[in-house]
Amino acid sequence: MSKTLTNLTIAEARDGLAAKEFSAVELTEAHNDAVVAARDLNAFVSETPGLALDAAKASDVRRASGDVLGSMDGVPIAMKDLFCTEGVQSTAGSHMLEGFVPAYESTVSKNLKDAGSVMLGKANMDEFAMGSSTENSYYGNTINPWKASSGPDAGSDLVPGGSSGGSASAVATRLCLGATGTDTGGSIRQPASFSGIVGLKPTYGRCSRWGIVAFASSLDQAGPMTRTVRDSAIMLGSMAGHDPKDSTSAPVETPNFESAMGLGVKGLRIGIPKEYTAEGMPQEISDLWQLGADWLREAGAEIVDVSLPHTKYALPTYYIVAPAEASSNLARYDGVRYGLRVEGDSLDDMYMNTRAAGFGEEVQRRILIGTYVLSAGYYDAYYVKAQQVRTRIAGDFKSVFEDVDVLLAPTAPSPAFAMNAQLDPVSMYLNDIFTVPASLAGLPGISVPAGLSEHGLPLGLQLIAKPFDELTLLRAAETIEQSAGFELPVFSGGEG
Amino acid sequence: MSLDRETVRRIAYLARIKVEDERLDQIAGELDGILGFVEQLSEVDTDGVEAMTSVTELTMPLRADVINDGDCRDKVLANATDPFDGFYTVPKVVE
Repeated sequence: MSKTLTNLTIAEARDGLAAKEFSAVELTEAHNDAVVAARDLNAFVSETPGLALDAAKASDVRRASGDVLGSMDGVPIAMKDLFCTEGVQSTAGSHMLEGFVPAYESTVSKNLKDAGSVMLGKANMDEFAMGSSTENSYYGNTINPWKASSGPDAGSDLVPGGSSGGSASAVATRLCLGATGTDTGGSIRQPASFSGIVGLKPTYGRCSRWGIVAFASSLDQAGPMTRTVRDSAIMLGSMAGHDPKDSTSAPVETPNFESAMGLGVKGLRIGIPKEYTAEGMPQEISDLWQLGADWLREAGAEIVDVSLPHTKYALPTYYIVAPAEASSNLARYDGVRYGLRVEGDSLDDMYMNTRAAGFGEEVQRRILIGTYVLSAGYYDAYYVKAQQVRTRIAGDFKSVFEDVDVLLAPTAPSPAFAMNAQLDPVSMYLNDIFTVPASLAGLPGISVPAGLSEHGLPLGLQLIAKPFDELTLLRAAETIEQSAGFELPVFSGGEG
Repeated sequence: MSLDRETVRRIAYLARIKVEDERLDQIAGELDGILGFVEQLSEVDTDGVEAMTSVTELTMPLRADVINDGDCRDKVLANATDPFDGFYTVPKVVE
């Protein structure tokens, strides 16, 4: 073989498996080895090599008898530890859920299982998906395989972004062919940008939330993280679908997302929202954004300047809505039904001791903010106001999408930063400044690696499309990918 | 605006999170930072704007009122800290 098995894309693995160039067991063994070799990165909370081999063997048996389940059959993936997986510990990155072994399988992970994919393990993440650096995990930080070639962070360990940082690092290091992520305010797209991979947040309602540990229910959405746009299209096809168990799951058909590949952008109108700039954003990110617009124009799209006037209010809106929903969702961790219990003199004491010991600092902070903005006397001033502004933000998108098909913007205001940068909470939140608006409006967005910073770190460009128009999103994403010619290095840790 | 220690203590109790007294000032400062940041929303004119309750324009689905799950007590209790005789247990609440 010209390529080692861990260097394949999902599409190449599918074709190689079909041509019997290698077996699912060989493919899985190569990845199991890669996972072990890259333990320094701490991309996984739990490794499940035995289960993976069993799944791979079953896949090979199916293939031998001609019962292949589809493109994902035999494909090794990582599962963000936010998805409940039957019989496999699911921690959400929290001490609260250490040792929690679900008796059921989340719909998305079940869909992937039913499609024949092979789960290698559970990927590390910010606790309860709250964070932008994967430094909020009870199970330790995940390291980004990239290193700055120059500048103040040269040689230092960098964060992979967050909250799906374990997934991002595992995909970038070639420990798996793809990984699941979840995105509440940018938790798929920002780590994809920081790690030089593709991350797709689908339309709210495209993938079922059933069995995903809840953070902010009106925003949470699962999606694929892969090394190519085509792979995201393939993997999303096996994750999505209407699910009666989630009342917000959309009763829409799942299209063949891969059919968008090769269609190009000729005739599409691409909007450039002028408000997507941030104080202190490096010039190289503005330049890359301009370059991305040029690539799309050269490929036959029409570039249109547009305005989303309420963009600057998206982040403050998010930091009311998301903590409010989190404070409500996380009320379930009471030390009684599952998870940690720390005894106390009374029932209240037991609750308070359990929640103080089980939740990390950032989670406590957000629960407290959420509790405050929902408390008597403040509900209208904060929560209702934020939901009104959210209507305004969604309205901005609605009007520009009467004129354009897709929006192009940066994914994040910076490349990956050094671990232990000790940012204050609000500075950390600013990482999501460009991803949060689409989240608040429930729109599909994708980050595509498009270039390198002056210090040699990956930078992503973000595309945003209309609700349930992932096909057009993928067409534009593939054009950016082809024009950028971005090459993900082979990091030594992950060579299988 | 600025949060005082008492307010933080009250919120922490509402959230049932034990906060030691020596952490109250630090937390008040952090929450102040976040509340100061979200304060800018007051600039937005939202007169007559409906508060968003759902991001998608879906109507809530209905299903038949029939039992479609259950009969799995042991599975439900499998992750409980201290189950007893088919029940969850909590510290004594009745004297």
